[in-house]
Amino acid sequence: MGEPGTKAPLSLEELQASTDMRTGRKHVLSILVENKSGVLTRIAGLFARRGFNISTLTVGPTEDVQISRVTLTVDGALHPIDQVTKQLHKLVNVLKIRDLEPADTVARELALFKVTADGVQRGELMQIAEIFRGKVVDVTKRAIIIEVTGTTDKIEAFETMVRPFGLIEMMRTGEIAISRGRSET
Amino acid sequence: MRAVDALMECLKAEGVDVVFGLPGGANLPTYDAFVNGGIRHILVRHEAGGGHAAEGYAKATGKVGVAFATSGPGATNLITPICDAMMDSVPVVFITGQVRTELLGTDGFQEADTIGITMPVVKHSFMIINPQEIPRAIHEAFHIASTGRPGPVLVDIPQDLSRAEIDYEPVSDIRLPGYQPKVEGNQKQIRQAAKALASAQRPVIYAGGGVVNAEASAELREFATSDRFPVTCTLMGLGAFPAPHPQWLGMLGMHGTRAANYAMDEADLICAVGARFDDRITGKLSEFAPRAKFIHIDVDPAEISKNVPAHIPIVGDAKHVLGKLLVEYRAIGADPGRLEPWWSRIEGWKAKYPLGYEDSTDTEIKPQFMVQALWQATNGEAIVTSDVGQHQMWAAQYYDFPQPRRWINSGGLGTMGFGLPAAMGAAVGAPDRLVCCIAGDGSVQMNAQELATCAQNDIPIKVFIMNNGYLGMVRQWQELFWDGKYSHVDMGEFPDFVKLAEAYGVTGMRFTDKSTLVEDMKRAIAIDGPVVVDVRVTREENTYPMIPAGSAAREMVG
Repeated sequence: MGEPGTKAPLSLEELQASTDMRTGRKHVLSILVENKSGVLTRIAGLFARRGFNISTLTVGPTEDVQISRVTLTVDGALHPIDQVTKQLHKLVNVLKIRDLEPADTVARELALFKVTADGVQRGELMQIAEIFRGKVVDVTKRAIIIEVTGTTDKIEAFETMVRPFGLIEMMRTGEIAISRGRSET
Repeated sequence: MRAVDALMECLKAEGVDVVFGLPGGANLPTYDAFVNGGIRHILVRHEAGGGHAAEGYAKATGKVGVAFATSGPGATNLITPICDAMMDSVPVVFITGQVRTELLGTDGFQEADTIGITMPVVKHSFMIINPQEIPRAIHEAFHIASTGRPGPVLVDIPQDLSRAEIDYEPVSDIRLPGYQPKVEGNQKQIRQAAKALASAQRPVIYAGGGVVNAEASAELREFATSDRFPVTCTLMGLGAFPAPHPQWLGMLGMHGTRAANYAMDEADLICAVGARFDDRITGKLSEFAPRAKFIHIDVDPAEISKNVPAHIPIVGDAKHVLGKLLVEYRAIGADPGRLEPWWSRIEGWKAKYPLGYEDSTDTEIKPQFMVQALWQATNGEAIVTSDVGQHQMWAAQYYDFPQPRRWINSGGLGTMGFGLPAAMGAAVGAPDRLVCCIAGDGSVQMNAQELATCAQNDIPIKVFIMNNGYLGMVRQWQELFWDGKYSHVDMGEFPDFVKLAEAYGVTGMRFTDKSTLVEDMKRAIAIDGPVVVDVRVTREENTYPMIPAGSAAREMVG
């Protein structure tokens, strides 16, 4: 019924609406933008006025000096991703947007944890850091700083482990992501 | 060549024949270039008037309107027109002066972060940081404003850069890799739409301002009449389909006709063309057109499935898509007889619920009668602008627009004070056509200063103020939904509009008698030059029918 290229009528019952408004998962949007002043403000402003919430955001140069890459994560349970990307596409300085499929993507985040570490605790913390392939980057009498790289899940797992020791400060960069295989992100 | 002289060359290359603006410190160099620039400039009395005039010009002609202002307060006075142009997709280029680059960021005299303040309400903006970029920025601004979904584009030029010497070479190419509007429409989707329409038993075409913007009213008419598709238009779409017409249902939405709203409610397939399912159309979203599947044709992909999920989305402009849809639809050879039961249902509504009002039994002028009288006095041939409120809805209901670009009003933003300057811009753009403004007595005071501009430049607009001494729409809502307690809606008999008009050097008149109104209006229209008419109408009249905000079409009252 209703095949393209035929004259068969299309039964209206067959028609499905084109969007599922909420996907229910985290989305990593990789956005190429022209390296011009105000671009980040335009993106941030768009999110603010449409009521979309940015979970994480990173900006950095690409292999082309005229182009920057913005990687941001959005919660698809709260916001219609389809609408978010379409609105972003309307910004004149936005060149390309990819909503990265989690299975086809390598994503990494860098985090620094400053944890209370008196005497005996220090050894235990360093063991945990080792399990997470973290690095101790600074030690003082009362605290240590551990650097951890990985997916958001891994960073959050590490946070759960060290929090009971007395987490003084935590800093996270937000994810950057790149697609697997030969094609460009 | 000075950058500002290059700017004039660029404007001429874009076909600009008039600029509305007001000079100030930061754009003194630009105004120096006007002296021998070869471009007509109309000095407005307030930047907002200039911005709305540029909108009126754009809406009447389909060309890009241009408005100039200086930095700081000049630029902030443009915010309302910029936002208005954004909401109603009007192609306007705004060029603002900015303080010298050495003062940027120092809170210098008349400094405002114009780019920052306007960012949420422009289609795009350019901050000039190198004078050599000015010609390219101007051409790209015109390109962005006028293509795809039209909208406002702002160019902010610091004073020192505007008077810098540059090597001017005409710009012949546009380099905007991130801006590639799609207008053609996907052929496969268009074919699907044709098939769905061919099997629909209760279809409705719901057309909006996008049809006017795409100059697609001929295509709309041809497609709609290729079968007996019922057509309704949004406030912004009026004139896109000729009224009256056997297939015309009237306007839809909050103050639309019952036939249009009930048809949407019972439709099995709605074909939206250049319309955006605004809340004034849908009412309660969860009960909007509950039986319908949707074809949504729009040049802006972000509008599709924004408010109502589309079953057949088509990204493209109305002109291209409707042209192709007609070909596909004709190839199917649908049976028009299938629409008979649908039409008998619609005809039933049309007969049972025509637009109407209880006319006065004496000489009192009912506001609806005033609009009908203007239609008679103008033969339905005028360009009509309006402000925002009851008078706007009555104008939309009772003045049948036979063609697009005849009805110019502020729909999305709902800007009071839009009508008079918009009429001024329309009259400048279409000097051979009669331009009337149906104004509210509240709204008209928000930009009445432009009467001086009209008088000085002999811009012959005819302003008919529907004077009920109230902020009428607010009064109506207070009456209906706030227990009839009126709070700050009574404007009294101030000002005396006849004296005000005369003070501005404009002919002022006052009409109070229904029986001579049409002849009186003809008399006003026959006067050379601008005229303001104070038409005294019934003080407390409500705009009906009405879907109360947040209600469903079935719950129409009045």
